[in-house]
Amino acid sequence: MEPIIKVENLGKKYILQHQAREKYVALRDVITDKAKSLVAAKAEQPAREEFWALKDVSFDIKQGERIGIIGRNGAGKSTMLKIFSRITEPTEGRVTIDGRVSSLLEVGTGFHPELTGRENVFLNGAILGMGKREIEAKFDEIVAFAEVEKFLDTPVKRYSSGMYVRLAFAVAAHLEPDILIVDEVLAVGDAAFQKKCLGKMEDVSKHGRTVIFVSHNMAAVSALCDKAIVLEKGRLKDIGNTEKVINEYLHAGKKSTGGNRDDSTPSAGSKLKIRSTRVMNYDMSPVSELNNDRKGFIEIEFEILQAGRGYDVSVLLNHFQYGPIFTSCVKDVDTGASDERVWEKGTYKYLIELPMNILRGGDYSIIAGSAIPKVEVLDEFKFETTFFIFDSISPVARTTEGRSGAILPVIEWKRI
Amino acid sequence: MSNRIVIEAGAKSKHYWRDIWNYRGLFYFLAWRDVLVRYKQAAIGIGWSVIKPLLTIVAMSFLGSLFGSVIPGEIPRVLFVATATLPWTFFATAFSESSNSLISNSNLLSKVYFPRIIVPASTIIVSLIDFFISFGILIVIMVFYRFVPGWRICLMPLFLVLALITAMGTGILISALNVKYRDFRYIVGFIVQFGLYASPVAFSSQQVYEHYPNLKFIYSLNPMVGVIDGFNWCMLGRDVTIYLPGFICSFAISVLLLVVGIWYFRKSEHTFADVI
Repeated sequence: MEPIIKVENLGKKYILQHQAREKYVALRDVITDKAKSLVAAKAEQPAREEFWALKDVSFDIKQGERIGIIGRNGAGKSTMLKIFSRITEPTEGRVTIDGRVSSLLEVGTGFHPELTGRENVFLNGAILGMGKREIEAKFDEIVAFAEVEKFLDTPVKRYSSGMYVRLAFAVAAHLEPDILIVDEVLAVGDAAFQKKCLGKMEDVSKHGRTVIFVSHNMAAVSALCDKAIVLEKGRLKDIGNTEKVINEYLHAGKKSTGGNRDDSTPSAGSKLKIRSTRVMNYDMSPVSELNNDRKGFIEIEFEILQAGRGYDVSVLLNHFQYGPIFTSCVKDVDTGASDERVWEKGTYKYLIELPMNILRGGDYSIIAGSAIPKVEVLDEFKFETTFFIFDSISPVARTTEGRSGAILPVIEWKRI
Repeated sequence: MSNRIVIEAGAKSKHYWRDIWNYRGLFYFLAWRDVLVRYKQAAIGIGWSVIKPLLTIVAMSFLGSLFGSVIPGEIPRVLFVATATLPWTFFATAFSESSNSLISNSNLLSKVYFPRIIVPASTIIVSLIDFFISFGILIVIMVFYRFVPGWRICLMPLFLVLALITAMGTGILISALNVKYRDFRYIVGFIVQFGLYASPVAFSSQQVYEHYPNLKFIYSLNPMVGVIDGFNWCMLGRDVTIYLPGFICSFAISVLLLVVGIWYFRKSEHTFADVI
């Protein structure tokens, strides 16, 4: 069968201009640059750096396939979707698409807060490529799906954020493209609605349509997609069956360092310097992905530069979507680290075991800091170490069920 | 297959104009949105499309008589100024709105595909509606002075089209430049402010030509001179004469601006999403 999407040697280059503070060019700069180049034959180049967001990516997608695109932040996922949706042009290579494409890179693109729900349905529909008659025909269905019948003639600026998202997704869900491109829009809305959205997307693909789905949420990808693509630093890393690809993706995390190190010379007078934080898996190799069916650790190394009393070092675990999960301090458990203890000069290394069984899947970061509580801040580690937890054991692992809450503990329900 | 899309670097769509035609629904909806939003939560609503030109007419008539500008023939000054103010106001709003349109719709540009030219083009519709509403002022003034326009009023739409071409050309050009060089938003404000005095609104272009015969040609380089002279000529009749070479020059510049605007827009539109 002819592929419905054929990607050949796709590449996209961005030029990073380091000293430019603003994203756009001011005419002033162009003029002064030109003037400079008149004076000196080869004026010093501004700090320009080429950055390939995508490079040499080739693959085919067949009709009716549901493709998940995974990869870490900055791997090129969004750039690829923008090229597919014709928002931006590739620098090299080519994409051939046979069919009508609808892309949902954001929920509610073009919604205008002053307009009513009814008006926004028409406007958003038109923006997403629906004709007026098509929208009219589906209007009732859209409104029913969004459950906003009563507020149709209210400006959407008075909607709750839930209503807003529901209405926006409802319009998008009623598109009938040959190819549907979806970017993480499911990260919004309440759990019940997320479930409804995933259901709708499954429906779409059952009608022979092709779905391209980008997500950080491995569970959603593995539930929805039959094939997955892994991007890493703009290159195609892996393509194939979803389960296999996801497993290899998580395994591959081993090779990356999954941590940060700061070897700079501390400023004079500083008492403590945090040297590194790393994420370690069950066999003590540094990783950037953890699977919650095995143990996981944070390793922290710090150096005491001046012996002293009352020092405390803390680690904050932060979930990208749910915010701070907890802060753990060395004084909490290491009795030797109580207030009376004098920290001798030297390097200290600690291993902190993460409560893997209650952590939900997703992207996390750890931020390390140290202080003499209530007295002074000693050092803040300037790097955030990010990692990903793949959920394979929680009650909602590999299902499309959304569940609210920052942690996912399994708690006994005792019937009384 | 019929709707095969090839996306590659520098690929100019072979069906550029057909593509725009296919998205005419979006053109209509964007214009409709701008009209709706304009009058929501505005207490006087549509009144604003009348008040703005009305105040300009009052101020310009006053200014003209203060400095003793000569109005050709027997035409009442207010009527003369009003005829000139309407196309000027239309141009000024259409030009400034469309120049800023890409920036104010940047969320659309970075999230959805559609022929980009629809955005600056559709904003002009709002100004056109304003023009028709404010046309009522002119009718009231004509009734007040018991002035009956001649047959030439039938040619008015032609000059309106010329004003449209001028506003569209400059608007499209500046909107594309504005994406990359934000300096142009200041230039827009300057053109609109300065243009009111540089165009024959408070005075007639005939007076300019008589005073500065050497500058005759240079003055005609302002495309709005041709538009406003045309309006005066077709609305106010025999007392107004058109300096034909000047008019042709204004006309040519309007068309040139449109061609250059579309050319530059097409050349730069594929990078809009990256730089906006």
